[in-house]
Amino acid sequence: MNKISRRFKIIDILLIILMVLPILSCIVIKVVTTPLKEGIVISGASIFFTIKMPFQDLPITESQINSLAVIISILCLCLYLTHGIRDGVWLKRHHFAEIIVEMSKKMVSNNMGDYFISFAPFIVAIIGLSAFSSLVTLFGLYPPTSDLNIVAGWAILVFVLITYFKMKCGPIEYAKSFANPVLMAPLNVISEVATPISMAFRHYGNVLSGSVISVLVASALGGLSKMVFGFLPGFLGDIPFLQVGIPAILSVYFDIFSGCLQAYIFAMLTMMYVSGGFPYELYMQRKKCDV
Amino acid sequence: MLEIAVGIILGCCALGAGTAMIAGIGPGIGEGNAVAKACEAIGRQPESKGDVTSTMLMGCAIAETTGLYALVVAILLLFVAPGIFIDILISTIG
Repeated sequence: MNKISRRFKIIDILLIILMVLPILSCIVIKVVTTPLKEGIVISGASIFFTIKMPFQDLPITESQINSLAVIISILCLCLYLTHGIRDGVWLKRHHFAEIIVEMSKKMVSNNMGDYFISFAPFIVAIIGLSAFSSLVTLFGLYPPTSDLNIVAGWAILVFVLITYFKMKCGPIEYAKSFANPVLMAPLNVISEVATPISMAFRHYGNVLSGSVISVLVASALGGLSKMVFGFLPGFLGDIPFLQVGIPAILSVYFDIFSGCLQAYIFAMLTMMYVSGGFPYELYMQRKKCDV
Repeated sequence: MLEIAVGIILGCCALGAGTAMIAGIGPGIGEGNAVAKACEAIGRQPESKGDVTSTMLMGCAIAETTGLYALVVAILLLFVAPGIFIDILISTIG
């Protein structure tokens, strides 16, 4: 049994601080920069500042900052979970890390086949980033996944992967795969381009619609409670009693369940598209011939 | 005159957003069918519950796509389009 040294504890505490600090600083930035507004407003991510660029200015938005904070937090979480694992599995959190790794490998080998087993870290990174980005709403922050630009970036990354694995047998085979019945070639090209668009819109639309519906329901409940409890004297009439608690039930579905489900679906679609587009048997045949 | 023009733009954007969301009927029916079939399958083979549920969620998510396209169009019409159209109107009037 290893003993927890003092240095180990200090690094642990440092990692936990680094895990919490980005999120906290995002909350502070949000509180400082958001102007006071009357009522409930539906708006996109606020722009902090823009960097001058030769062709078009580059705006630095809330969603970029939040997604960077989530990335740093997840990195420190992973370092925390695997801290000291080189000396063997001897802490509770090491078992947790092992469970994550084993589950990811099992999922990838079930859905993509054993050839793609090296994809497991990438898939888990997508799930973790997407899920934590959606769950960041629980701290009152703007979720990066409800910004189309962030999700479109991930979808383009996946599209590049799909194209790379389709090109593995050379560009001629890639072009052939479109003209399966020759007449269908234009439609096949359109459906190929539609893959990243639909992936991005699916994720972004689900998260955004959840937050829009939550805001609409909250504002409607505010108006209703003003109507019902408006007769109460003094400041009691101004308190929106109906707004307490009822929007939280919606939040359980829209923020927690929907966010995690979309992360799972994005990862599943990535796995299916990448492994489905790869001509495995042809590639293996050619590899054998080359050897 | 300008007020009427702006009013027409805002009203038509709202009408368009509402009309676009008619597309929500399709995914509703489709997902309902998918869940009904999944319930039947679980009733027939309770041991395959995990596989059926994950496949069903997957299919539901894909069936939802058309509805989400409509939602994105509606959101663009509600929050983005009026500003652009009013800018165009003002720039043409001068």
